[in-house]
Formats: sequence, C-alpha cells, structure tokens
Amino acid sequence: MGDFLVGLIAATLRVATPLTFGTLGELFAERAGILNLGIEGIMFLGAFVGFAVAKASGSLWLGVLAAVVAGMLAGLLMGLLSVRLGLSQHVSGLGITLLLTGLSLFCFRLLYGEPRIPPAITPFERLSVLPQVPILGPILEQYALTYVALALVPLVWWVVYRTNFGLQLRAVGENPEAADAAGVDVFLMRYLALAIGGGLMAAGGAFLSLAQLGAFTYGVIAGRGWVCIALIIFGNWHPVKVLWGALLFGGVFALQLRLQTTGLQMPYETFLALPYLVTIAALAIAGRNAAYPAGLLKPYKRE
Amino acid sequence: MRRLRIERTPAPLWVRPLIPVLAALITFTLTAVLIVLAKANPLEAYFYFLIAPLSSRVSAIEVLVKSTPLLLTGAAVTFAFSAGYWNIGAEGQLYAGAIAAAWMGTLLEGFPQPLGVLLMLLSGFIAGVLWALPPALLKVKLAVDEVVTTLLLNSVILFIVSYLLNGPWRDPVSGWPQSPEIAASAMLPKLLPRARLHLGFVIGVLVIGVLWFVLSRTTFGLKMRATGLGMQAARFAGVKVDRTLLLSALISGGIAGLAGVSEVAGIHFHLIDAISPGYGYTGIIIAMLGGLNPLGVGVAALFIGLLSTGGQSVSRALGVPAYLGDVVQAVLLLVTLGAFILQNYRIRWLKASEAG
Repeated sequence: MGDFLVGLIAATLRVATPLTFGTLGELFAERAGILNLGIEGIMFLGAFVGFAVAKASGSLWLGVLAAVVAGMLAGLLMGLLSVRLGLSQHVSGLGITLLLTGLSLFCFRLLYGEPRIPPAITPFERLSVLPQVPILGPILEQYALTYVALALVPLVWWVVYRTNFGLQLRAVGENPEAADAAGVDVFLMRYLALAIGGGLMAAGGAFLSLAQLGAFTYGVIAGRGWVCIALIIFGNWHPVKVLWGALLFGGVFALQLRLQTTGLQMPYETFLALPYLVTIAALAIAGRNAAYPAGLLKPYKRE
Repeated sequence: MRRLRIERTPAPLWVRPLIPVLAALITFTLTAVLIVLAKANPLEAYFYFLIAPLSSRVSAIEVLVKSTPLLLTGAAVTFAFSAGYWNIGAEGQLYAGAIAAAWMGTLLEGFPQPLGVLLMLLSGFIAGVLWALPPALLKVKLAVDEVVTTLLLNSVILFIVSYLLNGPWRDPVSGWPQSPEIAASAMLPKLLPRARLHLGFVIGVLVIGVLWFVLSRTTFGLKMRATGLGMQAARFAGVKVDRTLLLSALISGGIAGLAGVSEVAGIHFHLIDAISPGYGYTGIIIAMLGGLNPLGVGVAALFIGLLSTGGQSVSRALGVPAYLGDVVQAVLLLVTLGAFILQNYRIRWLKASEAG
C-alpha cells in the first residue's frame, strides 16, 4: 500500500507537468484577453520540434530550447491573426491547431519517412534528489522539467500579481480601452502574452516527447491542450489554483492507469472524462459569475 | 500627379467573389515552400493535388465521397454560426450520431430498407440534438460560454466511444475494438455501381438546400441572422433571442449527427474510434471559407473534399507527405479570414484636386 501511494504521487507529478506548462501558457494569453485555442497545436509543435532538434543535435536541452522558440513564434502568429487583424479568436485558434498539427506531421514524414520502427532518442533521466530517504526519495525522483514547471507556478504568480508587467497584462485583459487610455500598449502586451504563453505550451509538449516518451507519435498530445483549457477555468485564472487542478487531474489519471494494470473491471474512461465534466459543472455553477477576464474574446480596435 | 488612397468603405460588390480566389493563390504560394522542401516541383504537385483527382472516374467519385460528411458538418456549423452561436462541438455531435447509428443499425434486421434508413437518420439526428443540448441550455439559461463547453464535450464523447468499443460493443467475432456490423437494411444505398458513393451525399446536398431555404426564405432564418448580427439589437427588435439560439444550436447538433450516420451507415458499417479524422473541425473551416453562405459552404465542402483526395494523390505520385492536404486546408482558412478584411476597404485614385 505504501509503495502504491508513493508510486501514485510520483506519477501524479509526472502527469501534471505538461498540463502545468500548458495551463500557465494559456493563463498568460487569457489574462491578456485572448482565448488561445491554438494550444493543442502548439503543444504538438513543441513535442515535434523538441524531438527533431534533440535527435539532430544530440542535445535534449537544445531540443527544449528550440521547442520554446517555435512555440513563441506560433504565439506571435496567433497574435498576428487575433490581435493585429482582429479575427475571431476561436476560429483563428482552431486554425492554428489544425495548421501546426498538419505541419508537424508533414515535417516528421519528410525527415524520417515511414519506418517500421519509429525513430527514438534517449530521453531525459530522472534526477535522484534524495536517493537514500525512503518515501521522499522515490517521490522526488523526477525529471528536471517537472521541477521547472513547479518553480514556474510561484514565478508566474509573482509576475502576474506583483510586477508592473503583470498589472498591465491584467489591465489589457480586463479593460483594454482603459488600459490604452492609461498609456499601456494593448497590442504589444497581447503579443508578448501570446509569445510567452506559446513558449510555455511548447515546453509542455517537449516534456512529453523528450522526457516521458523519448519519441514523437501521432497521439503524443492526445487532447492535453483541451484539458488545459478546462483547467484554466477550473483554476479561476490563478496560477496556484491552476496547479492544484493540474495535480488533481494528474492524480486521477495516474490512478486510472494503476487500476487498469491491476485488472480491476472498471471503465477507466469515466476517470478520464471526469475533469471535463467537472469543469463544465463548475462553469454551470459559476454561471454568470465565472471570473472570465472581461476582455476575453473581444478583438481590440483602436479608432 | 495621381495617387492611390486606401479608404475604409466597403469594397465594390464584384470584389467579393475574387477574395477567395486571391486567398487560394496566396495559400498555394505559401505551401509551395513545403513542396520544394519535399524535393518536388510545386506546379507538378498542384497538378496532382487539384486536377488529377478529377481526371478519372474513380478518384472524382472519391472526391464526392470525401465531401459527404463535410457538406453535413459544414452545414451544421453554418447553421449555428449564422445565429451567433459558436458551436465548436460538431465533432462530438457527429460521434453522438455515429453511436446512435451503430446502435440502431443492429436492431433493424429484416426491416424494409427505406424505413430502416429513415430510422437511422432520425436516431442520428436526435443523438446530435441531445449532445448539443447541455451546452445550449447552459448558454441560454446561465450565460455559460458555449465555445469551451462544446469543445470539452468533444473529448468526453471520445471516451464514451472508447468505453463502448473496448467494453460492451467490442466485436465478439474478431475481438477488434469495433461495434458489430449493422443490418443490411440499415445501410445507406449506393448511388453508383462499383463505387463507394452513397445516399449520404444526396442528403448532404439536400441539407445545404434546406439551409439556404431556412436562412433566406423564412422568418426563422431572418431571426437567426438578426441574432447573429447583434443579440441586443435583435432583442429590441422583438426577436426571442434565447429561443432562436437554442433552436439553432440544437438543429446544428442534429445535422452534425447526420454526418455520423452517413459515415457509419454509408462507409464503415461499424462504429470505430477513428470514424472522423476531425470532420467536425473541418466543418468550421468550411463554414468560414464559404462565408456562412449556403452555396459558398457547398462549394467549400467539395473543394476541401478535393484537397483531401488530392493530398493522397500527391503522396502517391511524388512522395510528398499526404499531410500537405491538412496544411493547405489550415493555411487556406487563415489566409481567407485575413483576406475577407479586404472587403471593408477600397482603393481609389485621388483626383488632382484632392492630392496634396
């Protein structure tokens, strides 16, 4: 039982890592007033670019870096469409997801063809922080990127709530007209938020291909971007609450994986569908009071 | 000296049909880069992409087969978007229709085929409506944003399909994760000998026709468009906005459900988890490419059907990965959306008296 719990907690942290990256990325975008439905595609792009660069260069960290840069560029593309041209956010976001998914798969085929055995790399190794300590040791044996994700949560909280940048970010998302009148460059802030957010989303994707799998597959993201869209609402657009959401989802996911291997007759899909249903229920309960950034989905036009 | 000036007034009407053409040209220029990267000649590739599929009977019919679910999801999305209800859930509603069809199809052994087909369509439509109901009610009653709820329900129904196929509906004979085959009387009849084209295509065209009729020839269509243009203004004008939104959302879901029936009863005859490679999302592309105009949506569905077939023919002939088709579709969507902005402007020569 002890081993079971320790394994479960360790797995929870692993599953929560890409979700934390992705949701924090979406948090930047939505706090600036942009719903970025490109997240699923940007995570996919991050997984692909991370893998391809790591495979070519032999350096996993270079792969992560390249993924982040690619994600930031994708965020800027979202900015061009939804901020500069003022196109509908959900259609441009979905368009970006379709584009980046297709583009990643196209380039993957181009680079590696259709081999019988899919190309692989040696993934990141987990860090043994306290190898001798009984319970804490195995729990803390995590990938470096998991620690990065956990460290990002207080950092993002500090940026959003305690810096001038964060104040401007929130102002732009809540009331762009007033922010503009106060001298904040709405377009610049939204571009920056989308770029930072895109970089974080792509890092989440790169974690999956470079740490968890050591490969790039068609189903590498498998809807995790949409989970992030749910978690951000569940976590009320707050970095720390978002982490709890990611951990809760990670825990449920890790638990269903373990229940499957024990051969317990139980539709594990119920567990997987749970976070979506809980989010919809939460939205229904919050109803008109849901704390959406007031400027969300509204293109800003300066007349 | 004569000078050009860009003015913010609507472009002349004859410019509008040219915008999609311009967008297509820009798209093909952009994606030519990928074709060059794949070491193929872009012009040759576009021949296989756009013209080769139409040059043989088999592949031309295949274009229509590929277009069939797209006509339906495109119409479904257009129906909702026209009323300003952003239904991103056509994909999920399609799966709801597919589940209903797979279930109903096994019950219809020995029925006369016309009755069987009618019951299939009805059950798929109802399933789509039911799956569209919760987000629509949440929107109307509690003002919950439908973009997120419809999107999340797409993931939920995939888990239901996975549960059904790995549990109660797993094929008892083969053990594959697919539902038992539906009865012959539940299958959509073929339209042509030796080809996969089935009745679903006719239904798709009919639905596009109905869409046109409702939007442009009925008071309900007028209410829908008024609601889509501005809910406040529509409410002041006496339109029951909530009722209009609810009905548009549900009918949209029902039409998407028909796309699920069409794939199960026309092509696969089983429920499989990959029944749709994202037809619901492609429906959004189609609705936007068609400018929410039924005729435009029909043309866009056929064109995207051509692009999907063409992607495979490029891949076979020149070794360019077939995913090129997906990329072209997405780029075309984004470029077209951008290009439609052009219709708000016109370029005018300044007269000598104005210059200066």
